[in-house]
Amino acid sequence: MKRYDGLLSIELAVNGERYQASVTPGDTLLHSLRSTLGLTGTKLGCENGDCGACTVLLEGKPVKSCYTLTLAAEGREITTIEGLRETPVQQAFAAAYGFQCGYCTPGFVLNTHALLQRHPKPDEATTREWLESNLCRCTGYETIAEAVQLASESEPQ
Amino acid sequence: MIGSRPHPHPSDGAVGSIGSSAARKDAPDKVHGRTRYTDDHRLPGMLHAVLVTSPVAHAVITEVRTTAARALPGVRGVLTGRDFPLLVGLYLGDKPPLARDRVRYFGEPVAAVVADTERAAHAAAARVRVGYHEQPPVRSPREALAPGAPVLHPELERYVHIPAIMPEPGTNIGNRTKIRKGDPEAVFAEAASTEVAVVVEGSYSFPPADHAAMEPRVAIAEICADGRIVIRSSTQSPYGVRAIMSRCLGIPPGKLTVAVAEVGGGFGGKAGVQLEPLAYLLSREFGGRPVRLANTREHDMVSSPGAPGLQSRVRLAAGRDGRLLAADIEFLFDSGGYADYAVNVSRAAAYSCTGPYRIPHVKADSLSVYTNHPFATAYRGFGHIEMSYSIERTMEQLAERLELDPVALRRLNAVQPGDTTPSQDELDPNTGDLAACIDHAAEAIGWENGALTRLDERTVRAKGLSCFWKAPAIPTFTDAGALISFNEDGSLNLITGAVEIGQGIYTGLAQIVAERLQISPEEVHVVSEVMTDRSTHDWTTAASRTLFMCGRAALAAVEDAVAQIRQVAAAPLRCAEEDLEVAGARVFIADDPRHGLALAEVANGYVYPDGNAIGGPVIGRGKYIARHLSHLDPETGAGRPGLEWTLGAEAVEVEVDLRDGRFRVLKAACAMDVGKVINPALARGQVVGAMAMGIGYTTREAFEFDSRERVLNGNLRDYKLLRYGEHPEYIVRFVETPQNDGPYGARGLGEQGIVGMPGALSAAFSRAIGVQLNELPITPERLWLALEDAGSPDRVPHPEASQGAGS
Repeated sequence: MKRYDGLLSIELAVNGERYQASVTPGDTLLHSLRSTLGLTGTKLGCENGDCGACTVLLEGKPVKSCYTLTLAAEGREITTIEGLRETPVQQAFAAAYGFQCGYCTPGFVLNTHALLQRHPKPDEATTREWLESNLCRCTGYETIAEAVQLASESEPQ
Repeated sequence: MIGSRPHPHPSDGAVGSIGSSAARKDAPDKVHGRTRYTDDHRLPGMLHAVLVTSPVAHAVITEVRTTAARALPGVRGVLTGRDFPLLVGLYLGDKPPLARDRVRYFGEPVAAVVADTERAAHAAAARVRVGYHEQPPVRSPREALAPGAPVLHPELERYVHIPAIMPEPGTNIGNRTKIRKGDPEAVFAEAASTEVAVVVEGSYSFPPADHAAMEPRVAIAEICADGRIVIRSSTQSPYGVRAIMSRCLGIPPGKLTVAVAEVGGGFGGKAGVQLEPLAYLLSREFGGRPVRLANTREHDMVSSPGAPGLQSRVRLAAGRDGRLLAADIEFLFDSGGYADYAVNVSRAAAYSCTGPYRIPHVKADSLSVYTNHPFATAYRGFGHIEMSYSIERTMEQLAERLELDPVALRRLNAVQPGDTTPSQDELDPNTGDLAACIDHAAEAIGWENGALTRLDERTVRAKGLSCFWKAPAIPTFTDAGALISFNEDGSLNLITGAVEIGQGIYTGLAQIVAERLQISPEEVHVVSEVMTDRSTHDWTTAASRTLFMCGRAALAAVEDAVAQIRQVAAAPLRCAEEDLEVAGARVFIADDPRHGLALAEVANGYVYPDGNAIGGPVIGRGKYIARHLSHLDPETGAGRPGLEWTLGAEAVEVEVDLRDGRFRVLKAACAMDVGKVINPALARGQVVGAMAMGIGYTTREAFEFDSRERVLNGNLRDYKLLRYGEHPEYIVRFVETPQNDGPYGARGLGEQGIVGMPGALSAAFSRAIGVQLNELPITPERLWLALEDAGSPDRVPHPEASQGAGS
């Protein structure tokens, strides 16, 4: 088993760019992204894996970055909200009013993005299974559901 | 009506700002994660503060040992209550920034650790040792009012408070608001002795709850070398924070700037004063260095304030025909350990105490009561949820007693213009059409098809309908300001003091300005950060009054700008100012639009071909202050407390499994008279979001306490919020009876959708299982227990005995 201690210099691959970062073994990916790399689009909601505001993609798969050690992400492709530019999912969330305060939005957008990569035309049960890991306090989910529907109808990238 | 168009415009409807779903201005930033919330700011030299909180609900603090914590690397200091001998409070100054000598609720901050990093601060916080001598906790308002109950604030008499709040020293009563209208005792006495009237009575309750906005509260304070204080905060009340800190801490307001960018959800929980005073005091301890005080989720839920709990009792007298005659009401609000907004929440419940029903004789006492629960502040609905829940439950009982259709009973008693409110204020012609809302809600939910349907031997579907009203509980002098300046292309900038908390206020305001000027909302650039030293004064982004008041101020600013533009343009256009009109980014002669100038040529001064210039930058100023509001009489509650009443009705359909109490909310409908819809998508979003919160509030959201009143579910794993896929089909209908003093006839709609949900859902669930449910939350477990108590599932009324109109 590999043992880590003290400050470590590691390379992180985020949004197609390479970052050199000093981290400790206990740093969460959420903390490293926000405080070390300055990628504040990833949001802190509960630091307990309950709300999904901190969702990022690891090798295209949604993970809760508050629950992921930075060291576990070393050598893997990390996608944060800053890595998505005008994707169909983002356009759909904007067009369908799929947000209000916007705090949960990066997490929802990334989760939906990953969902549609895996299941381009998800049925309701699949969408629910994926998105029930994220909390939104503002919308009552109606417009998020519309955004998912809208995005799934758009041409794949 | 305020904000009518300048004159019939050939392209009427083509620009179409008002009533169109204009795109949200914050959409691009929000879907790209570019919006900067308070905690996204990192300042040079910033220190991190972490709270040490009480693990008990009620205790005397015997000692606080900080040596071990201070010894850790990176720790700059540990502060306790003794370091800050002062009290802070919104209406009633009752709360030390850190508990001093005694703790009054589980989660109360006792010490603050300040360190170079958040991690170091957390590590040190775990090593602060606090000695507690536990005291018996006060568990409910009724317990707090019982003879011999511990008095939680023995110093109540010495606390500073505003005149509208009436604490009763020597007791646990933080405020009592009385309503005395007509002669209810005579009516009840007559009802008891004759057959002409019936009396029903019920008691209701629910525990405290939490806002659970997705963004935890955070404040970052620093003090500049010249003494200027800058506080960045996730607040709904930048000007409120400035005023309260000035009052409670003796800071000259001109020395204090409160800055707020976007807020990640408020729901009332970020109104008033929150973490800001402590963040400032901590910065002061460390030479003015920036100090970031950020709540963990657990601290946000329990240490910072939530929604009040309630115990209530309602007695209604009605004629045999169902006409309401008298009401006798008691609301006991559980404000927890401190008063905060709860003392005004209880006041709001008093002046609205009957719900939107015509009741000539009313007696009500609404109290805010200290207990050893987490303290309570404003929560979406602000006293009206509690009021509505209590009244609507009793209306269901009345309908049952009189064997009347519950919808017809409500329609019969619905308020109309000319009726008086509990505070004896006459409802003016701007009052919305409640009867139309009731009809819409009933129709949307399919009331005529029956209120109870048995699908099979274990599954029933049931419907419930309730009415609501809400008037903002605001100071009589609640204000808003607006400033307009122009860019070189003729587009304009709008500055207000309104905070974006998710409601889309900047888009709505841009539409109001754009409508008046017949331009696109995209030509209206709204400044999306409020800084108290350069924005315009604004009471608070709360009470569903921001679109109304800032909208009025923005329209006034437009009028002011238009007058200046006419003045500048009159000379080059060689006409009288009053001949000029401004629309479509031009100023032109109204009766001969061929003669005109582009705004771009005028708004920052007109330059003649020879180089001479006149005018100068146009700066439009606008303001609005609440009209005709008055204090409530301390003995009778008579007065005019609210700007406007928003009326509506909500209806739901639920499906219940009679074996185990599991259920689904299938449909939720809301019909609301909003005066005028400015942006249909945003308006619907507010109403749907509020209904969703209401579903959560009714069916699951509540703090659970152990026998020592410690919170058992102060995190988002155990405190269950509605999740994706649990939402019902939402049906929203707007009725538009213009609010003639509102911008383009609009009135407030942000909170109202939550108000009727507990009543409607309780009615539906009660109908489903044939048992009146008078406590929240209504969980599957509660339904199951009620079914068990009632005997067997077979006890459920047969569909033929349906209480719906169609039966």
